[in-house]
Amino acid sequence: MSNGRELLRLNKMPHIWCPGCGNGIITSQVLRAIQELEWDQDKTVIVSGIGCSSRAPGYLDFSTLHTTHGRALAFATGLKYANPELKVIVLTGDGDSAAIGGNHLIHACRRNIDITTIVFNNSIYGMTSGQYSPLTPTGSLATTAPYGNIDRTFDLSQLAVAAGATYVARTTTYHTNQLRDFIKKGMQNKGFSVIEAVTHCPTYFGRRNRMGGAVEMLNWQKDHAVPIRAAERLSEEELADKFIIGEFHNKPEPEYCERYAQLIANTKGQE
Amino acid sequence: MKKPVLMQGNEACVHGALAAGIGFYAGYPITPSTEIAELLAEEMPKVGGYFIQMEDEISSMAATIGASLAGKKAMTATSGPGFSLKQENLGFAVMAEVPCVVVNVQRSGPSTGLPTSPAQGDVMQARWGSHGDHATIALSPYSVRESFDVTVKAFNLAEKYRTPVIILLDEIVGHMRERIDIPEPGTYEVLERPKTDLSPQEYQPFDAPVDGIVPLAPFGTGYRFHITGLTHDRTGFPSTKPAEVDYKIRRLTSKIEMNTEDIVEWETYNCDDADTIIVAYGGTARSAQATMELAREKGLKVGLFRPVTIWPFPEKALIDIAKDKRVIVAEMNLGQVALEVERILKQDIEKVNKIDGEPITPQEILDQIEGV
Amino acid sequence: MENNPKTRVVVVNEKFCKGCGICIAFCPKKALTPQINGKPVWDNDLCIRCGLCELRCPDFAIYLVQEGEE
Repeated sequence: MSNGRELLRLNKMPHIWCPGCGNGIITSQVLRAIQELEWDQDKTVIVSGIGCSSRAPGYLDFSTLHTTHGRALAFATGLKYANPELKVIVLTGDGDSAAIGGNHLIHACRRNIDITTIVFNNSIYGMTSGQYSPLTPTGSLATTAPYGNIDRTFDLSQLAVAAGATYVARTTTYHTNQLRDFIKKGMQNKGFSVIEAVTHCPTYFGRRNRMGGAVEMLNWQKDHAVPIRAAERLSEEELADKFIIGEFHNKPEPEYCERYAQLIANTKGQE
Repeated sequence: MKKPVLMQGNEACVHGALAAGIGFYAGYPITPSTEIAELLAEEMPKVGGYFIQMEDEISSMAATIGASLAGKKAMTATSGPGFSLKQENLGFAVMAEVPCVVVNVQRSGPSTGLPTSPAQGDVMQARWGSHGDHATIALSPYSVRESFDVTVKAFNLAEKYRTPVIILLDEIVGHMRERIDIPEPGTYEVLERPKTDLSPQEYQPFDAPVDGIVPLAPFGTGYRFHITGLTHDRTGFPSTKPAEVDYKIRRLTSKIEMNTEDIVEWETYNCDDADTIIVAYGGTARSAQATMELAREKGLKVGLFRPVTIWPFPEKALIDIAKDKRVIVAEMNLGQVALEVERILKQDIEKVNKIDGEPITPQEILDQIEGV
Repeated sequence: MENNPKTRVVVVNEKFCKGCGICIAFCPKKALTPQINGKPVWDNDLCIRCGLCELRCPDFAIYLVQEGEE
């Protein structure tokens, strides 16, 4: 039992995230999951895009790739596809994956390539200090939504299910053990996995929306996250200011790299 | 010698890539480059290589870089609109010094333009399309056979200088069919990716001299290092220290410009006694050759200088051949290489420019020579 | 907790800790109290070695180790 620090690049710590930010909690669970599943450090590649979440790989002692905004999954697809022996994890944010990276997200889901994607959903663009994202709740405040966000919000997990991801789950930084469990399930799924980790951003989202600090935001998660089974018994109104956590989809399907390996075998067979 | 065949430029480009040991191709359909994707979709599985059609040109460029980091020789091909979409990730490959080949089969632009018509309007974009200071290697073949040779050379240069290399084809060369004698393997140089002899503990992915590179260790082979688009120091980690930033960015230019002699390639035709030099490249060079012959028949001493590497431009050669002579730059744009020629020669030059979607004809260049 | 729980101790890495107070707030036995800079001070007697502080810490800055280690 450890917080995964053995897999850190200690000389790069302390990390860049603000005091109380949830990103470190998620990162710790990723490292613990890797430890518990005994993934080979030399065969594990961690890829990220741009944003607070995407600074994580720099601290992690693996082959790490910090790419361009929204494109982590496209880089990761090339990397995994060209060397299926590599185990690939993508760390991305709500803006990085659902806004600029949305096209690559739905296609990675559709292909069902064996990549585990963890979306650090803090409902804000933190790195650029506080703009709203496609996952920012309607009505919330942000520097670019000073009168309240008029955008409707993606349900990222349902989007991933609809696009074809074969393991999709959502939980929060408060439900830390469940988060680690879902990350491990995703890593074990031979196909495209999306784990939406609702995380808290005290510096921008929390302050701008008067939610208090990290502790209050964690307690808010506890009080507003509703497990799937319980949600089915609640009415529309009761669910109004709640969000659902749990495993939305877990059904293995043919994995993309394996299909291509089969294609090569068949093609070579005919030579 | 293999049996000569009739082949398209795009096809010859694919055979060049296969000859160079391509291990991965990612692409997206776009006229007039799609044949490259189609043929590679067929050929890659046969050689145990990887072909993938991505959701757009941005992801194609990203996947190409990812595959190269996984240790594969990787290529992507597109045309103008896709080349514009690829620029940010192309810049990432420059900054992270990831070898790969980007083929741009140029078509008439701007924007959607004339998808099936030739042009050479992306020359400056190839040089400056991605933001920030860096050098670029771009090659422009003028024949089906040279499309093969240039692609092999592009892969070699990409590996040797750990950089993306751009092939500036155009719709003429890409789509025309010509007889090609595909050379036997072993009769041309193929450079494998250099390997580091440092241990994983000692290895620094960017600890390179100003005029050189450090071999790129593939991900997943025990070398655990960091690649980022953030400006980084020699260890590969983000740095804002002015001295490190200066060293990194300056190296992105110097590692190529200090090796110009090794990179540049050009051809000259009848220049020794020429008093008029046509400068032309790619598809337009075919017309320029015909013009030269027509002119010679009329007793006009006309030669042709044909850069194969557009970037870096063969400056010394151009000066030797054309300085203080009458120079006419013919290209299917409004004068892009012409800017480079003027900069190098520091003299007035003449231009034959055409952007109406039609190839420049030999007569049009001859008219310029004869002052019609 | 494989071995004897009582011989495990909590370590606080003050270089990594940013004083966010999460461990202090969620410690079930109030075994952590904040210094002026918000960083936790650990009380060996109150602590039941449940590991919640280590689980919830965003900074990799508080964790349980075998006594004498690290």
